[in-house]
Amino acid sequence: MQMDLRTVTIAPQRQTYGHVARHIGGDKPASRYQEGTIGLQTTGNQHYRPLWDPAHDYFDESRTKLKMADWYAFRDPRQYYYGSYVLARARQQEAAEAAFDFVETRGLADALPDDIRALALDLILPLRHVAWGASMNNDFIAAYGYGTGITQPALYYAMDQLGIAQFDTRLGLLLAEPEALDAAKEAWLHDVRWQSLRRLVEDLFVEQDWFELFVAQDLVLDGLLYPLVFQTIVDGDLAQRGGAAVAMVTQFQNEWAAETRKWVDAQIKAACADDAGNAALIGQWIAKWTPRAAAALCPLAEMGLGDRSAAVMDELCAALDARAARAGVRA
Amino acid sequence: MDMPVTKKKKLGLKERYALMTRGLGWEPSYQPIDDIFPMDRFEGIKIHDWDAWEDPFRLTMDAYWKYQAEKERKLYAIVDAFAQSNGHLTLSDARYINTVKLFVNGFAPLEYMSHRGFAHIGRQFRDVGPRVACMMQSLDEMRHSQTQIHAISNYNRYYSGMAEFRHHHDYLPYLQVPKSFFEDAATGGPFEFIVAIGFAFEYVLTNLVFVPFISGAAYNGDMGAMTFGFSAQSDEARHMTLGLEVIKFVLEQDPVNVPIVQKWLNKWTWRGVRLLTLVAMMQDYMLPKRVMSWAEAWEIYFEENCGALFRDLARYGIVMPPCVEQIRLERDHLSHIAWCHFYQARGTSDFHVWLPSKEDMDWLSAKYPDTFDRYYRPRYEYWAKCEAEGKPFEATAVPMQCQVCQIPMMFTEPGDPLTLCQRHADYKGEQYHFCSDHCRDIFEDEPEKFIQSKIAGHEVFKGNAFRPGTDPTAEGFNPAAEALAFFRIEHGRDNGLHNGSTDERNFALWRGLAKAND
Ligand SMILES: [Fe+2]
Ligand SMILES: [Fe+2]
Repeated sequence: MQMDLRTVTIAPQRQTYGHVARHIGGDKPASRYQEGTIGLQTTGNQHYRPLWDPAHDYFDESRTKLKMADWYAFRDPRQYYYGSYVLARARQQEAAEAAFDFVETRGLADALPDDIRALALDLILPLRHVAWGASMNNDFIAAYGYGTGITQPALYYAMDQLGIAQFDTRLGLLLAEPEALDAAKEAWLHDVRWQSLRRLVEDLFVEQDWFELFVAQDLVLDGLLYPLVFQTIVDGDLAQRGGAAVAMVTQFQNEWAAETRKWVDAQIKAACADDAGNAALIGQWIAKWTPRAAAALCPLAEMGLGDRSAAVMDELCAALDARAARAGVRA
Repeated sequence: MDMPVTKKKKLGLKERYALMTRGLGWEPSYQPIDDIFPMDRFEGIKIHDWDAWEDPFRLTMDAYWKYQAEKERKLYAIVDAFAQSNGHLTLSDARYINTVKLFVNGFAPLEYMSHRGFAHIGRQFRDVGPRVACMMQSLDEMRHSQTQIHAISNYNRYYSGMAEFRHHHDYLPYLQVPKSFFEDAATGGPFEFIVAIGFAFEYVLTNLVFVPFISGAAYNGDMGAMTFGFSAQSDEARHMTLGLEVIKFVLEQDPVNVPIVQKWLNKWTWRGVRLLTLVAMMQDYMLPKRVMSWAEAWEIYFEENCGALFRDLARYGIVMPPCVEQIRLERDHLSHIAWCHFYQARGTSDFHVWLPSKEDMDWLSAKYPDTFDRYYRPRYEYWAKCEAEGKPFEATAVPMQCQVCQIPMMFTEPGDPLTLCQRHADYKGEQYHFCSDHCRDIFEDEPEKFIQSKIAGHEVFKGNAFRPGTDPTAEGFNPAAEALAFFRIEHGRDNGLHNGSTDERNFALWRGLAKAND
């Protein structure tokens, strides 16, 4: 129907939804992030216990040992709701696409020194499996976590890691024939240098406490892996040794890690601030998983950095501890 | 999706997509695979060859982000424009807003549940292909939930009944129908969930849900809702191909799967159509400008489209669910029974009701020549007389509800519209009540599940529908008023008749201002 209306000012009856208003301290305009996040998961009656887990309600706070008085203390500093999330990633993928294009049209992949190409393939291609593991683990958090505040960004993380696994795959297809992916999977399955990492990833697949999984995967493992591989080895070393093309086509991974780290730290900080027991609990989880992750990443560090690897791993572990401490974790 | 291969082997789209998804997986050896994927066997579905799974769509994440971002840009531009220009004042009639209320209260939380449910099964199938498809659907469902909440946000600023949609969905009696529907699916095993939601709901019944809402929005001037509906439909097309792929894949894997799937189709077609009672009522009574009747929609979207589908599935040994017989018998009664119920029980609803006008009733007579004038018009005329005499009829008793679908036991015997239909079953010394043979069958197949149903009426009697600290022994305790307070129904504003409601008055006032000349 067509109707020409004058613009009139009419008084709203309220500014936002009740459950949002009660959480943001009164009836005031709320952002799309807030309306699309706060209180979205049911906290009320649930009719049936899951056949697949009769010991719990479908949404159940006791699926983790973490205690939260307010599960919506988990806020995303990026304020991602679906729309802002896909817009951000669409911009980044456009940049990545341009980088792949640039490298391809100028034949930069063919111009790579052989040792650099070999290292890039050996180091990055098996990581597509690690990224897929990270995707599965974050999907687990999205599925069994409590409260949209943390489960929503966990799903975005899961999709990001699927995207990264796909960018890693494209890098393989850019630098080599598809068989290189088979060789990388073979290394992932059997090469001794990858086995502690694969064991760690598979052990995380059976971890049932979703917040412990978040600590082990997103804070510890990815918190060491991305700075090591994409920042230190690829952006630092490879770029200087004639491998700038590799750095160009992995910029998504680096940007993603820098952005996502802020979200991870904000969750740890919120958990530590909410309940006195959490800081020590998270500290125990970090202490449990960091040595395993560092040991699993050592062979990768050696591949890329040779005799500097031990020193770099120590630095990265110290940096991780410092991040945790800043977020309020008690060692 | 241009692949950067120079003088390299050219990969086909399918091959390339396989590398980008299934190629990422591996056979684990440090942990038993049954521990990693502990949930995809207990339902008895047998899968021998996951490689036979055909990916129903081939969207890598980079392409997904790009396409979806484009859609989001367009959608929010329209939502913003609609809000900024007070687009709600261009609606056909203030009564239309009650459809929006029904939508945000009844369906937006289901989209959220769907998001969580697909995240769950996206972790549980042991093959990468279906997991990726389910994760992507989980992400889409988050989109649907949020775009609906965002598009309706502006309505909520001006009209009643929407502000507490989350709480209402959790506790309000009528909203336990959609809530229990989805929770039933999500608490089933992963295969039941995907058959229930991915196939029965998103494939078989989806047009019956969305077409009435979207075209209803379009006919009644609701640009915002229309746009999110259309925008969601393009995701829905992907979800439908997933639902169909799952069914065919499962049926082809082992003959043992056929009776299990048939049982789920029987259950979920019935539960789905029981849920659609709300949509039928919306179509026939709540849209000021109507699109088509429930009966017409059923003929087109079920009888024609799904008839062909079930003929196609016959080669696997699947038959049309037997409940369809009863649905056909109820076709010309469903919406009338529902609206009569909501009219009488208007005190505990969060949207407004009204008696159909003379023109409305003539439309209903034309659409339902065999039933409307005979069974329902006299009721409306009687209630109109009561209203005219200043004594509007209202039912305040707590109705008996079906233990499975949770709808008040308001349906009549199939083929006998003057006899109320009630079924019962005994289980472990308790008696349970059902609206139909089909709901009773569903109960008897899984009694341990359905004895858990939190029946809204029972919750009131058990004292579970009062705010903390309420003392039912206090002098002058008014259980009905206390329950409304617990439900967060603002009495006289959220509930009751449309005529004379704040929403009706404000709409008329604001539209008057907007139409007045300077
Ligand atoms: Fe949806
Ligand atoms: Fe029922």
